[in-house]
Formats: sequence, structure tokens, C-alpha cells
Amino acid sequence: MILIIAVLTMGGLGLFFAIGLAIASKKLKVKEDPRVKKVMEILPMTNCGACGVPGCSTFAVGLVKGDIAINACVAGGQEVADLLAKALGIDSATSVRMLAVVLCRGGDKETRKFATYRGDKTCASADLTGGEKSCSYSCLGLSDCVVSCEFGAMEMNDNGLPVVFYDKCIGCGACAKACPRDIIEMHSESMKVFVYCKNKDKGPIAKKHCDVACIGCGLCVKDCNVEGGIVMKNNLAVINYESCPQDDSTTKRCPTKCILFDEEPKQIKEVFSSKAMKVASGS
Amino acid sequence: MNLKTFERGIHPSYHKGLTSENRIEKAELPKQVIIPLRQHLGAPSDVIVKKGDLVQEGQMIGEAGGYVSAPVHASINGKVKDVVLHTHPGGGKSLAVIIDGDGTEKDWGLVTPSLSILDKFTGEELKGAIGEAGIVGMGGAAFPTYVKLSPPKERKIDTVILNGCECEPYLTADHRLMVEQASKVIIGLEAIKRSIGASKIFIGIEDNKKDAVSTLNQAAKSLSIEVEIVILETKYPQGAEKMLIKAVTGQVVPVGKLPLEVGVLVNNVGTTVAIYDALALGKPLIERVVTISGNGIKTPRNLLLRVGTSFAEVIEQCGGVISPEALSDTDTPPELEILNGGPMMGVAQSTIQVPVIKGTSGITLLTGKEIKPKKYSPCIKCSSCVTVCPMGLIPLKIADMGRLGMIDDLKSWDAMACIECGCCSFVCPSKRPLVQWIRVGKVKLRELG
Repeated sequence: MILIIAVLTMGGLGLFFAIGLAIASKKLKVKEDPRVKKVMEILPMTNCGACGVPGCSTFAVGLVKGDIAINACVAGGQEVADLLAKALGIDSATSVRMLAVVLCRGGDKETRKFATYRGDKTCASADLTGGEKSCSYSCLGLSDCVVSCEFGAMEMNDNGLPVVFYDKCIGCGACAKACPRDIIEMHSESMKVFVYCKNKDKGPIAKKHCDVACIGCGLCVKDCNVEGGIVMKNNLAVINYESCPQDDSTTKRCPTKCILFDEEPKQIKEVFSSKAMKVASGS
Repeated sequence: MNLKTFERGIHPSYHKGLTSENRIEKAELPKQVIIPLRQHLGAPSDVIVKKGDLVQEGQMIGEAGGYVSAPVHASINGKVKDVVLHTHPGGGKSLAVIIDGDGTEKDWGLVTPSLSILDKFTGEELKGAIGEAGIVGMGGAAFPTYVKLSPPKERKIDTVILNGCECEPYLTADHRLMVEQASKVIIGLEAIKRSIGASKIFIGIEDNKKDAVSTLNQAAKSLSIEVEIVILETKYPQGAEKMLIKAVTGQVVPVGKLPLEVGVLVNNVGTTVAIYDALALGKPLIERVVTISGNGIKTPRNLLLRVGTSFAEVIEQCGGVISPEALSDTDTPPELEILNGGPMMGVAQSTIQVPVIKGTSGITLLTGKEIKPKKYSPCIKCSSCVTVCPMGLIPLKIADMGRLGMIDDLKSWDAMACIECGCCSFVCPSKRPLVQWIRVGKVKLRELG
């Protein structure tokens, strides 16, 4: 008898709530824009935050509402922008592929190591005291950027500098934010000329600390045929990316080879990894 | 006898015996000085000399760059070699004036310490003279003294406390000043008291400096100035401003507020002597007493150094660095750690080409087993750090937030209240670099929040 009462009570309760839920799901249904789901299917769903909103679903809602531009998805690039435009039936816009550029070539071979850093092995901590290298503007080499990259697009090379993989980088900018010395910058793929140095010391001092430092000689500024294309700021050549001509006219005479044209290595991850493996195994 | 003190804190080994009996010696005149324009809290000074200018010792070379700022002065006679960005002992870079000396020095004269030197100043003039002399808090934080002495009108400061604790291990500069120049300290204190119209002077001294207590007592008696000397328990960080106030008067300074909130002004021993020099001789803050100590230096000394002398030159005057063979523990690598300050709060230097600045109370060189590399392990949630944090914070939490950059949490867990005393790292059984992470967090908070 007790057994039957228990079964009936539980069954009755179950039935009661089931009916309640069934009615609620019909009556209180929130209408979702079907386009949001469509957009979500196209988006890369990396939740990288490069577009400026917290995640891909927020992006989808914003895009459908018209708050976000069609080409705002950095990780997806042109391909996703076109697909989205097709799905929503609106005009596509050109999306610029952004890439992370490491603007320091002062690795362990080029700079002098003159102190031992024994604190916590992160760049953010090391930057508080100065790090190991004699150049106080250089890459600290403790790989905060590599840790921050969620796409496996960065690794440290055997010279103690981070490498960005051309095939993996989606341009989210997390590494640029993680770098305490602002060495990593985000630039559009069409940019070819970069000053690979952040040293603001005067020439002789900069030269003493690093073989490939900008010594502030001003040759690139003179060679630049566009007024204000490259300017000298605190003994450092700074490129104006809007007007500087993207060819080798400015880079040929650089004595330390710190301003370079088309020298981004465009590393492919698998190639790099297999090379690293070879070095590690000694073959 | 139960001595007054604050809650929590630690008892590190003090190693003060290395220098506590050494008289203050005048250092050799440096051939070149590097004078950073950022030697105080607040805005850096604006440089008013240029390359090639001839400057005199005591001449102003940088004007105060804002209200919370202080001027800087040339510390030797000579010629300005350059004005460049130079490595700063507090970390980072700062614009600095490099002066090549001509080997001469100015004679500032001698005055017998007496109260009559204060009589020619009114309260406002006292403040003005202190501001002009570029005097800042010389305990380390280097807060401009002029700003300290100018509280908002509605706040009345009635108590002046002299911070004679010097709780940082190894350092004895303040101790020696209290023993050797007690009357200057007392007159400097009286000047502070007069300039703000305070009614009471306390002197807080840890009970490991008994000789300073008697010399200060004598000096106060002979100058007939009423001071109350409070003997405090020897504990770290007794000399932290807020801890000292708690110990001496029992008042608690609210988080994020200055001591003037409770009507108290705390001053360092070095600062009072600098005030005396400025008033009696018209000499700006261009010299300070620095303790050079640690097991890495041949002859530990208390030196009266010019601001801008490079660490390299200072170390040379102390007989240089001890050779690793001389140390008994040969299993450790012959490495050296050079700190601007003491071992608890000092900043490790990556080069010895950095200058002594107004806030440099000591240079500590550590080697051998004192700096044996430590590998940190995971937090075991033992709460040792919580039981010693003098500010009553939860260091294990805040450190992790700092490491991971959790800005909102850092704010709500009062990371900014941390005084970076280092007690938490000192007691951590897992050897976690807690203060370093908290500092990273504070840097991020300042940038973004």
C-alpha cells in the first residue's frame, strides 16, 4: 500500500510540473531572431574579443541589430565577412587582416645579458625591476605573449624572441596587450615596412646594448620621400603607417638593419615546430 | 613590560650589528653625479638647465613640476654634461641631469644647533623654506614634505610623530643620525611642529635602539623642548606610517587615506635633519646618510653621500664586493643581489650604474645563502600570510588576482591598501613571490582603473 502511495504521489507531482512547463514553454516563448543562429554558425566562435564585444554570441546579436559592422570579426577576416553578408543579404565590406608584429630583434645573440633575474618568470613581473638584458626597451623573453595567445600562434624561438605564426594568427591583439613593454603591435597585412626597435636611448648607448638597435641616425627619415612618413621621436624612428611608402626606399641605408622591408618571416607553425624538434633531438 | 606595537607583523633577523656602531662618514666627492628629475612621489621636476651650463652646488636644476612635486638641486660644482633618460633605481627610466664635477665643493659653514635659528621664520616661511630646499620624506616613499605640511584648511594636525623605528633589516642610517645628531633631529621636529601649529611631538623608537633614546632625551632636555618618547616593540614593519600611528597613538588611518585624516603627521629622521640643514645653513637636500651593508660588501659603512653618486662608486668606497671564495657556503653560485633599500622592501637593481636618490636609505648587497634561488610551489592555503599582513589583507587572494590581471577583483579586495612590506612573501612556506604579484596587480590597476 505504502509503495503505491509513494509511486502515485511522485508520478502525480511529475505530471503536474510537466504540464506546467509545457504550458509555460508555449505561452512565455521568447522569439529569437532566426538570423542570430545563422550568424552564429558562420562565426569562428573563438570568443577572442578582438571585435570589442565579450563573445561571439553577443557579436551575432549586435550584428543582426545593426550595431556592429559586417567586417568587424577580426578572427574571421574577409571570408567570414562575405559569408555573413550573403546570409544576411547585405553588402559586404572589405575586412583587413591584422597581424601581430614583434618589433624587437634583440634576442640573446644580439643583446648583452648583464644581470640574472630570479623573480617570477613572467614579463609583467620582470618589467618592474628591469629584466636581464642590457637594453631596457627590449623583449624580456619570458613569454607572456605566448601564454596569452589562445590560438597557438606564438612560440619562443631559440634566440629568446617570440615568433608569430602567419597561418595561425587571427589578429585578436591579446599578445599586444600582454606585452608590458609594448613591443608587439597589431598591423594590417599590407604593411611591409617596420622599425624593429623600441630603444629611445641615444645612438652610442643603444648601439652598446644591442647590435640591431635604432641608433637614431635619421637616414630613413631623409630617404622617405613623403613628408612625415617617418619621424624621429626620442632617438627612435617612428613610422606613420598612413603615409609611409611601403617599399624598400627607406630601408636600404639603415646601418644597423633595424628598419626592414618585407622581412616579416611569415612562419608556418608546423615548419617551425618540426625545425625546433630537430634542434632538440640534435639531428 | 608590555611595549606598544601594532597587530600582526613579523620578526626577521635584523643584522643591524654590521653597521650600528659605525659612525657616519663623509663620502669622497664624486667626479660625476646623475640626478634624476623623478626623485619624489607626484609629478617629475621640470629641468631648467641645459647641456654645457655651469652649475653650483646647491643650485636648483629642476623646478617643482606641479603641486605634488619637489625641486631638485645640483649636488656638486661642475658642468652639465647632458640631460638624458637614465636608469632609475626605483625601476624604469627617468630624465636625469648628468653633471661632471670640477673637484671643488661649497663650504656651507657651521652653526651650533640651537632653537634661535627657528626664530627668524614665521610658520609660512618655514614651509616655504622646506619646499624650496626640495625636501621629501627620506624613508623611501619620498612624499614631498611641503605638501605634507600644507593640509587642507578644515583639517587640523595636532600631533607630529618622528619615525625612529627603522624596522628594515640591515639599515642603520636613521639610528646613527639619532645618536650622533640628536639636537638637529629635535630642532627639525620643532620646525615641523611650528610650521603646522601642532601641539604634541611623539618619537617612536624600537627597543633595539636604546642609545638613541638616551641621546634624544638629552638633546630635548638641553633644548627644553617637550617630546614624548614612545618605546616600541622591535617588529617589522613597525616603521610603516600607518603601523607607527597605530602603535603610538592607537588611531587607525582609514584605507586609502593619508595620516592627516586622523590629525597626525609622521616624519622620518633623515627628513628632520634635512630640514635643520635647510633652515640653519640654507642647504637644500643634496646629501643624505645611506647605509651600505649586507654580506656581499667588504666593509659595511654609514656614508653621507651626495645625491646622484652612482652605486658603482659607493660600492668601491666600501671596499668593493666580497669575493665568492671568502664565503663559507661554496655550494651556492657566486651571484650578487644589489638592492636600493633594505632586503624587505628594496628594489633589486639590474645595473650598478644607477644613482643614489633622495629616497635611498640604504644599499644592501646580498650573496651566498642569503639569496639562494627559491622555486615556488602551489599555495597550500595555510593562511600564514593572512596572519602576518599588517594591513589585514588577504595576500594569497590579491597576489593571484594580480598575477592573472583580475582588475575588478583587485579593486574590491583593496589591493591598493597593500604597503608592499613583504611580510607575506617572507612567511610563505611555498616561497610564493606574493608581493611581486601584488605589485604587478597594482601597476595594472593604476594603468586601467
